[in-house]
Parts: sequence; structure tokens; C-alpha cells
Amino acid sequence: MSRFAVGDRVRVRDHVHTGHRRTPLYIRRRTGEVVRVAGCFLNPEQLAYGSTGLPGVTLYRLRFAQRAVWGDSYAGADADTIDIEVYEHWLEPAAEAVT
Amino acid sequence: MSDLPNSFQDDPHEHRHHHHDHPHDPEPPGLPDDSLVLERALRELLIEKGVFGADELRAAVEAMEARGEALGARIVARAWTDPAFEALLLNSPMEAISAFGLTMGVNELHVVENTNSVHNIVVCTLCSCYPRTILGIPPAWYKSRAYRARTVREPRAVLAEFGLLLPDTMEVRVHDSTADLRYLVLPRRPEGTDGWSEEALALLVSRDSLIGVAEARRPSAVGGP
Repeated sequence: MSRFAVGDRVRVRDHVHTGHRRTPLYIRRRTGEVVRVAGCFLNPEQLAYGSTGLPGVTLYRLRFAQRAVWGDSYAGADADTIDIEVYEHWLEPAAEAVT
Repeated sequence: MSDLPNSFQDDPHEHRHHHHDHPHDPEPPGLPDDSLVLERALRELLIEKGVFGADELRAAVEAMEARGEALGARIVARAWTDPAFEALLLNSPMEAISAFGLTMGVNELHVVENTNSVHNIVVCTLCSCYPRTILGIPPAWYKSRAYRARTVREPRAVLAEFGLLLPDTMEVRVHDSTADLRYLVLPRRPEGTDGWSEEALALLVSRDSLIGVAEARRPSAVGGP
């Protein structure tokens, strides 16, 4: 079962992680919305080191306002967005987030 | 041979931002490239150990390089002329491309539709993920650090350098393909193409419009059906 659903507001965690990871730095601590539950995939953080990648992890497509990601220095329209996929263990509900 | 978009090949554009690399530049010359050394060592070792033959490798590279924009263009042309196929392409893209004899392997395809209110552009900030099964090898500028860093940070500036200016009333949506999905942009059908055949429409679909740094070509660019 996936923890989050389409429409949920989630925050990307900023936990320290050594080794391979696919959550870029620029999106850490940012809050966005789930636009798609992309399914269950083998964990790339384990696959990178020859492990089976199991148990699989749920991947989510998230949408962020560019203004929320980059702040006032973002030189574009307020409506501009960025979609990015993040694995479930990198996410927490936005309501629980500690700023 | 040049991978530069057409709008840059003849244009001695001014450099207003000296500290920015241009999105179409490949890696700066002169840097040592350990990855080339590593690739050669690995390749020679694998061939020596008989894991695959040199000719097999050559044929695989040839097959990859043979892919270009033609297949993606046909997919888009069908979507433009067949609403049912377009819906399938947007909702079940893997099933839609199987109609063209394609399978994506472990990566899933996701098609994002350009509309009058949203323009999509694709990048991979972490490496150079690209829908290679459909489009083949990405252009050098797509793999450059400049494109990968600047597209998420200032997509409108990048688009402007590729010759595409969009009003603030439109939403520019960046897709960073960080994980297991690969993206293809479905560009808007150009005006003045009513009644065109799929074959004629396919000629309007450029690789760059499938990545999102350009719109589809206008009929005047190809001289009509």
C-alpha cells in the first residue's frame, strides 16, 4: 500500500544519506503536491551496490511551484512549476514538517 | 557535425550573462575525462573475457545511433490525427507505443502534453536520462552541465536561448527525470495543418520539440504537404 495519495501535500526530507541517492539537493525541504502515484520500483539506493533492490519502494510524481523551490529569485512566472519523482522514504506529510 | 539547435548555428548572440554556460555547450575542452579511460578499460576487459564480442557491441551502438526523431514524430502525428490514440498515449503510454512495436524495458514512458496554457520541458539533473528507446542518443547539449543545472533553475532563460519565448500567462513546467520514468513531450499541433496526412504532419515534429526546447515546425518551414 502506498502511504500517500494524489493531492496530498508532502515535504521532501533532508536526511543525511551516504551512497547513491536520486533525490536532488535542490528539492530538499520543499513542499509539493502528489500528482501521480507512479508505482512500486526496486530501490535504486540498494541496486547501486549490487543488492536486489527489494523491498521495493513507491515512487511519486510531485509538483512544486518554482517560486516555492527557488524563492523570490526565481525569474519566471508565478504559475511555473517543476515535476520531479521522489521515492516514498524521502517524503513526509507536509503537516508534520518541522521548519 | 553539430548538435546545436538551428537558431544558434548562424547567430553570433550576445553574451549578457558571462558567468553562465550556454545550455547547448558540451563539456569544456581540456578537462581530463576519467570516464573515457574507465569505459575503454571495461570494454576491452569484457570483450577479452568473452562476455560479448566487439561486433555485437558495434551493432548495438549502431542500432542506438540509428534511432532519431522519426519514430517519435510518427507517434505524435498519430496523436494529432486520432483522438483515441492521443488519449491512450497520455493515459497508458506503454500500451500506446506497443502499437509501434516498441517496448521500453525497465523504464516507463510518460508523455506530457503541451497546451495553450502549459509548456513542458524535460531534463535530467542527475545524469542524462532520456527516452533513448524512442529517440536514440541525446544531443550533447542535453547532457551538458549547463543545460542540466539551468533548466530547473531558469527554464525561461534556457528556452529563450533556444529561440522560444513564452508569455507569463503560460505555465512553464519542468520535468526532472530523476528516477524510473522517461518523458516525451507531445507538442502542440501547428496551425494551418487541417487535413494534413500523418506522414506530412510527422515532418513537422522535431527532436527538439519532443524534448521541449522548441515547438513543432510551422508549415512554412517544410513547404506544405
